[in-house]
Amino acid sequence: MTTTLSVNGQMRQVDSDPAKPLLWVLREDLNLLGTKFGCGMALCGACTVHIDGKATRSCVTPVSAAVGKKITTIEAVAATPAGKKVSEAWTALDVPQCGYCQAGQIMTATALLTDKPKPTDGEIDAAMTGNICRCATYVRIRAAIRQAAGLNEGTAA
Amino acid sequence: MNAPLLDRRAILKASLVGGAALVFDAKVALAATPGAKATTLNAHIRINPDNSFVIGAQNPEIGQGIKTMLPMLIAEELDIDWAQVQIEQTIANEKVYNGQFAGGSFATPTHFLPMRRIGAAARQMLVKAAAAKWSVPEDSLTTGSGKVIHAASKRSATYASLAVDAAKVPVPDLAKVPLKTPAQYKIIGKSKIGVDTPAIVAGKPLYGIDVVQPGMVYAAVEACPAYGGTVGSFDADGVKKLPGVIAVVPINTSYDPKIGNDAIAIVATSWWVANEARKALKPVWNDAEARQYSTAGFASAAAAQIDKAPQGDLVKKGDAEKALAGAAKTVTAKYDYPFLAHATLEPQNCTALFQDGKIEFWAPTQNPAPGRALVAQMLGIPAEAITIHMTRIGGGFGRRLSNDYMAIVAQIAKGVPGKPVKMIFTRTDDLRHDVFRPAGWHSFTAGLDAQGRLVGLKDHFVTFGEGGKPGTGAGMSGEFPAALIGDVHYGVSYLKSNVPTGYLRAPTSNAMSFVFQSFLDEVALAADLDLAEFLRRTMGEGRFIEPVKGVTGEFDTRRARAVIDKVCAMAGWKGREGGNGKGRGFAFYYSHRGYFAEVVDVTVNSGGAVHVDKVWVAGDVGNQIINPINALHQVQGAVIDGIGQATAGQKIEIVNGSGNRTNFHDYPLPRITAAPAEIVVEFVPSDNPPTGLGEPALPPVIPAIANAIFAATGKRIRSLPIVPAQLV
Ligand code: FES
Ligand code: FES
Repeated sequence: MTTTLSVNGQMRQVDSDPAKPLLWVLREDLNLLGTKFGCGMALCGACTVHIDGKATRSCVTPVSAAVGKKITTIEAVAATPAGKKVSEAWTALDVPQCGYCQAGQIMTATALLTDKPKPTDGEIDAAMTGNICRCATYVRIRAAIRQAAGLNEGTAA
Repeated sequence: MNAPLLDRRAILKASLVGGAALVFDAKVALAATPGAKATTLNAHIRINPDNSFVIGAQNPEIGQGIKTMLPMLIAEELDIDWAQVQIEQTIANEKVYNGQFAGGSFATPTHFLPMRRIGAAARQMLVKAAAAKWSVPEDSLTTGSGKVIHAASKRSATYASLAVDAAKVPVPDLAKVPLKTPAQYKIIGKSKIGVDTPAIVAGKPLYGIDVVQPGMVYAAVEACPAYGGTVGSFDADGVKKLPGVIAVVPINTSYDPKIGNDAIAIVATSWWVANEARKALKPVWNDAEARQYSTAGFASAAAAQIDKAPQGDLVKKGDAEKALAGAAKTVTAKYDYPFLAHATLEPQNCTALFQDGKIEFWAPTQNPAPGRALVAQMLGIPAEAITIHMTRIGGGFGRRLSNDYMAIVAQIAKGVPGKPVKMIFTRTDDLRHDVFRPAGWHSFTAGLDAQGRLVGLKDHFVTFGEGGKPGTGAGMSGEFPAALIGDVHYGVSYLKSNVPTGYLRAPTSNAMSFVFQSFLDEVALAADLDLAEFLRRTMGEGRFIEPVKGVTGEFDTRRARAVIDKVCAMAGWKGREGGNGKGRGFAFYYSHRGYFAEVVDVTVNSGGAVHVDKVWVAGDVGNQIINPINALHQVQGAVIDGIGQATAGQKIEIVNGSGNRTNFHDYPLPRITAAPAEIVVEFVPSDNPPTGLGEPALPPVIPAIANAIFAATGKRIRSLPIVPAQLV
């Protein structure tokens, strides 16, 4: 079935089973490989994309559910104001270790800062808790979000 | 376009007579097929005409930062600016590159000198070329920023302009080539962010799972859940009828020829299609024998064995029985820990193309050389017919030292010759078909004399093995404090098992640290001391203890004492402190050539949930931290990894011969909420060459947490993982 998707500001056509998860459509059909597969069950956050600005687990989102909506992936997130700040902070603080989870971390952090430009420490942890980092870069994830938000010191939870 | 590399690039080329190492023909190793007539090439440097430099990163990058660090060493001695450097991952070629693996925290000690010598030799050849060109003495020349400079005549020449002449200079003796002194370092010891960090942040395809080849197809694998099972029947025709399915290929997972499972691979135009098609496979397995094994069965067999005499001895020094019989006080306790999975966030995967009797891999492997050997044997093709491209790796932790994914995809690729095929495990496959950190059981007795000194120690270790030998990762050596006291007996007994085991970050140490440092905290308590002070007294005077082959390793009590004293000062350690659900714990462990002492503060709430609030780490990994920012990150990650092993609920249970965990809901990894507010890290330099950091910071945190929980609650943790039921 031919489906039209709005991805990173472009209309893209894919020939896909409507039940195929958006994750695999992005990776296999659109060659957008930045969005990662970690668990397939909305448990790790590696596959996080924005659908109409909301952080969404693409591994459990059938492609049919994304039709008519605006999909943003890691490849284009730095074009948004919050995404740019987050990406710059991530690089400056050298957040990644293996790096595999980081696309999902950046997408979730960007959605957080878009909603709440000055999150508290408690809000940062609550927003990021769905994103696993097996290398445990959490200390720097917190610091990078604070830096992107212009919060030099942590705020009370 | 497409001009040969040779015409476009100045090639610095040389070879060394005899011996293993040499210098670089960068073109060959960085750009062409491996092993092309080159058996004695070691290729790391390419000089571009614009005087920029490509440095080959030769080791697999799993998040430990080696792709940045090894090139830093070369660039330092080549005397170029870091901004002039581009880095390329080299191909896997064990005939060209020495020590091309990620394991055992070996890369730093193995490569610290050789990588620097490669850079220094190249620099020396460039200097000689300039000296000849200008007819000036070599010692009148200096270098910097990729130029040779003759200050007296105010002349300078870029390395690029000298490269062709330099390539004709005989290669210096690498062992004698002069190296910089630490005071001359411009790159070593300065923080450099990961070379791939900008690409990771931009979502660039770097990992094995991201590999795309023209005409590529995808494979999912249904393996017999019970380890060692073989295939009876399956519905190949039903699967082949499904749209998008290309082939059904019976294979064996072959972690180890003894315990590989039979499996069935489904090849399709999409991985999602291949994986969905597993539902139609209806496999029947012959697994009756394998299904007899279970965690419950292992636990009762261990319980039956542990109070009997050990089957064998690991360490037998002096007369432990006699020492314990004469002790003023004895302390006994039993400890155990579970099987653990690696759970790398990038599931196991591999891509291969089999064609004309040759196979080409794009492999996220920590250890390509044994992968090549395994595939050569399995497919009956020569090693030279195997090409291995190393991808960036989404987490190693030892999982990717086993090359089962290479063996699996090799068989699939052979079943669809001419088509590149990418095989991907689901998370369930990944957790079930791992090479697990083995479970283990210990029964200790320690004796104290009237002055509270440790005078004897006994451990009966029950582990997995056969024929008097431990399974992979299931052994134990002369654990601390065996080298320090006279009367020690560590005995061992082996249980038979079908469970594939392997190496998990800081293998053996991640478990032994918990049991030994927790038990020693119990012994210290009996001596009315805190653990830090008890260890100081047990170690005694500052000295280097020589290794005793096959019994105990080397140990330097001065280095141990320095990190213990340091961490106590950092944390303001005042001995045993805690109560009312708040407590402080200490532990020390020496592994992978690194000495680490750690203090943790924990909170145990009324529901028995444990949170680690703050951690202090003091570590000695030699006289030079090469990349400080990455060193800090390795320690932070190791600490939280250990917090996860201790408190996240990680445990693989074997049921019907198979691991029963399926995803992150039942095999939890630490999340951001588990991360301490602060991890304070200091390195204590010592007069020793630099050693690795991927592992040694992990082991002490686990017993430090257990000891802190004891301080907080009075409850002694003797079994991992720590669960609320132990604490309410
Ligand atoms: S892959 Fe989607 S949440 Fe893990
Ligand atoms: S950086 Fe490796 S999983 Fe997060």
